[in-house]
Amino acid sequence: MMELNFNIYLLLPELSFFILVLTLFAATISGVAKNPVATKRLIDLLPILTFIMVVISLLSLNVRGLMFWGSYQIDALSQFFKLLVSIGFFVALLNARRQSTLEEGLRLDYYLFLAFSGWGLVMMASAAELITVYLAMELASYSLYVLIPLRAKSKQAAEAGIKYILFGAAATALALYGLSWIIASQHTTYIAELATKDWSFAANPLATAGLAMFLAGMFYKLALFPFHFWCPDVYQGASNETAAYVATLPKLGAIVVLVRLGTLITPGEDLANIMAVLAALSMTFGNLCALAQKDLKRMLGFSSVAHAGYILVGLVPGTPQGLAAASFYAVAYLAMNLLCFWVISRLAPDGRNLTYRDLNGLSKRSPWLAMSLAAAAISLLGFPPTVGFIGKLWLITGAWGYGYNWLVILLCVNSALAVFYYLSIVRHAYTEGEDDPVRGAAPDTGFFSSLGAIALAVAVLALGILSAPVFDMALEASLALVR
Amino acid sequence: MPVEASTFPVLTALTFWPVVAAIALAFVRGDENVRRVTLAASLVEVALAWPLLGFQKIAGFQFIELHSWVSSWGLQYYMGIDGISIMMIWLSILTLPVCVLCSWTYIGRRIKEFHVCLLLMTTACVGVFSALDLVLFYVFWEALLIPMYLMIAVWGGDDRRYASLKFFIYTLAGSTVLLAAIVALRVVGGTFSIPELMTMDFPFSFQFWVFLGMGLAFAIKVPMFPFHTWLPAAHVQAPSAGSVILAAVLLKMGTYGFLRFSLPITPAASEYFAPLMIILSLAAIIYGGAIALGQSDIKKLVAYSSVAHMGFVTLGIFLFTVRGIEGAIVQMLNHGIITGGLFMLIGTIYERSHSREIKNNLGLGKYLPAFMFFWGLFGLASFGFPGTNGFVGEFLVIAAALNETTVIGGVNVPLIGLLTIPGAMLAAAYVLKVTLKLAWGKPSSATNKYWKDLNYREWAYMLIPAVFVIYLGLAPTGLLNTIDPTITATVESFEERRNMKMSDTLKPVPALSPESEAGLAEGSDAVKTTNVSGLARTHGPVWIQEPVI
Repeated sequence: MMELNFNIYLLLPELSFFILVLTLFAATISGVAKNPVATKRLIDLLPILTFIMVVISLLSLNVRGLMFWGSYQIDALSQFFKLLVSIGFFVALLNARRQSTLEEGLRLDYYLFLAFSGWGLVMMASAAELITVYLAMELASYSLYVLIPLRAKSKQAAEAGIKYILFGAAATALALYGLSWIIASQHTTYIAELATKDWSFAANPLATAGLAMFLAGMFYKLALFPFHFWCPDVYQGASNETAAYVATLPKLGAIVVLVRLGTLITPGEDLANIMAVLAALSMTFGNLCALAQKDLKRMLGFSSVAHAGYILVGLVPGTPQGLAAASFYAVAYLAMNLLCFWVISRLAPDGRNLTYRDLNGLSKRSPWLAMSLAAAAISLLGFPPTVGFIGKLWLITGAWGYGYNWLVILLCVNSALAVFYYLSIVRHAYTEGEDDPVRGAAPDTGFFSSLGAIALAVAVLALGILSAPVFDMALEASLALVR
Repeated sequence: MPVEASTFPVLTALTFWPVVAAIALAFVRGDENVRRVTLAASLVEVALAWPLLGFQKIAGFQFIELHSWVSSWGLQYYMGIDGISIMMIWLSILTLPVCVLCSWTYIGRRIKEFHVCLLLMTTACVGVFSALDLVLFYVFWEALLIPMYLMIAVWGGDDRRYASLKFFIYTLAGSTVLLAAIVALRVVGGTFSIPELMTMDFPFSFQFWVFLGMGLAFAIKVPMFPFHTWLPAAHVQAPSAGSVILAAVLLKMGTYGFLRFSLPITPAASEYFAPLMIILSLAAIIYGGAIALGQSDIKKLVAYSSVAHMGFVTLGIFLFTVRGIEGAIVQMLNHGIITGGLFMLIGTIYERSHSREIKNNLGLGKYLPAFMFFWGLFGLASFGFPGTNGFVGEFLVIAAALNETTVIGGVNVPLIGLLTIPGAMLAAAYVLKVTLKLAWGKPSSATNKYWKDLNYREWAYMLIPAVFVIYLGLAPTGLLNTIDPTITATVESFEERRNMKMSDTLKPVPALSPESEAGLAEGSDAVKTTNVSGLARTHGPVWIQEPVI
């Protein structure tokens, strides 16, 4: 275990992100940034570059190895999430291309920080040691502190940025403090070794409390109740395109770490119980708050608090099936939220925040966007035949029978609670104010915009109907983890 | 025992042909063309059902299609039909062309979207009745809600927002618990396959909760007595075609669920809850009838009469006799035909008077004789006039109910049967009341307004249910012969397994002791049973150790 074992072929996804970061960094400090034509040329090149990165991640799907003295694990789980991150990054980047609230001169910097964050996330997927996890997590988060306030001269965005920094700093400090307790009592930070220890308050109070605090840092990234306060504010305050990124990819990073740490969780023990209670509170609180929202992004913020609770339902039993279900739900979450934000970004080409009323008459104005948005809404609602349904089904099937049946039933009840606000999207888009005049800029109904929406909507449906290949990948990953 | 799979996947074709047609519809231009294409597609759908005429009159599933779907969870694409579902499939398929025809002039805007909704609903309906995998069933069950919601919310009446939301939230709330029950069955039973689950013996405490979870979903869909309030709202606001599908097919899903799931999978709990279900059914019959009598809105009247009619169905099911269930299935089919017909008639008269109030539609007998003829026919059938199909179903259920005696003061009294009589009388009262006013009420609303009687198109779609009303009323034998073997098998299996003794409940792991295995497993099911207990041990100790309730 304690060897360098360096093999560059195993690190191609990370390297590709790193090269992207370097390229953008070089561009920002060189003359390219001052030359609008060169800047534009580079930015036009970015989708192609990121697409190549997706291909690289896809090709690296089956490489395996353990590197850097056992701290960096390249296994099925990490490669699965790296693929997800690179696909998500590709879509988020395409989505952010025509961002109107971003100053021309800052474009390159924006993409630089976006790439930085993505780089951190792919490393988080492979981190098999708590300090590595921490470093990767910080790399992924720090750039977000810069990205969130970048929205013209919006005070709300500045507020969101400060909230994210302050809460984020507090949460990471807590995680770091917890980490010190873990080290103090377990004398190791390798997850594989930690998995062999006893994690109950009775046996190891210090370490267990430490792990709970470390998990809290992850819960913060995941926006789980009661670490969710930043989420609605940041979604609302940040520009639509930034919110699309913040809402989706950093959550993947948190989920992959939680899945790795999921091997430490035993159903019926203290940590699992705490997580079950947090999951229950998170989904209920998130859904209840979302009911009262008018701003679409704020509603999505609370909805992601609820979805964080759903994901935890898969982690609580700690079985391969449960962990695989959580990983699969990460796919579902990514697909449906990217779709939702894609449509929102297209509907507000001027970068304003949308309310439900802005959706009025959408089915008339741009049927494709309306249909895609409806697909996203029913998927978020957990309705068949979408990926949201099948993801939820795997979560609850994996969790049933481990003493958390109440949680499963609560999840089902919560799906009913959520009907009203997700259905409101469909209702406004299809049934209300067909002849209302558009307020603000007209939606972007161009070919590119519709094509993207349709592609994502097809993904949401196809993953729901033909979920087997993706779920099998997730299952293989978590089986390798638990073994 | 399953019959050999046919080479042509008829159920898949029937389920997904409407989806294909709906996609094709996206490329059709012109409102008239959309209607014509949908009508053609619906006729193709009927033609595709041709192989179903080869349905063999035996128990067990036929036309089986079985493919792996998500193998790591044992999810299967498993379709098949038996005597319980075959009639519902025919009903769903034949409803489609009728709905297209009755919306020809009724729906004036967003025509393409309307027809897409109609086609997708047919997919979901056929899917629900032919799915033999729990998850597949649930997928179709839920998939129906969105198009139905849109149908009410977009093409509905003035109060459509309220009605559509109420419909959606009620039915969804019920089905979320159904999902939990499905997951519990998967984890404890080890499979999503309905035919396999139908042969398993679960501990009573498990059956108890599964019955409640599933029963709530089905009871809301039927709708049974305290959960019925969404129905009148939805019916009144829905467009004609929406009401027809709602009445003809959607409500049947609830009673179908009771027959397909509750009785075979949770027999002991079904027996345990039967008194409750019977009381609720009687309440629905009498309450629904009484409320219907007081309505001034024709559509609301028919909606409440649906509550009463569906009460007969659930009553028949929970009597657990061959006659009762026979009556229930016949009544399901009949209610679909009759109430569907009545709603279409209400649609035609609404197109003329733009009102559903009785007082705005008086005295039509002289001016619209054809309309009144059909109204009279369906009305008579609705309250079970001999010679119409309504009589057959109601008679079977009441006969079965009269066989059940309750001891009151030392005397055997057929209490349940007697209590259905006022319900039947109420039905006659409200139907005759509204028919009287529509036919001869004064002053006639049609005077000087030049309301035309039914045209050819209206004749066409009214004749289809009318023929069945008379045919099934006079010659129900063919129908009964088709459904009887399945019902007999269902009742026999129920009788065998309903007596869940204390000892069975407390002995959860039959595989450990050979005697109990022999007792539980029937013939070739031995392997399955071992499997079940194995899974029960690893996954579901919670259920098994629980005390018997």
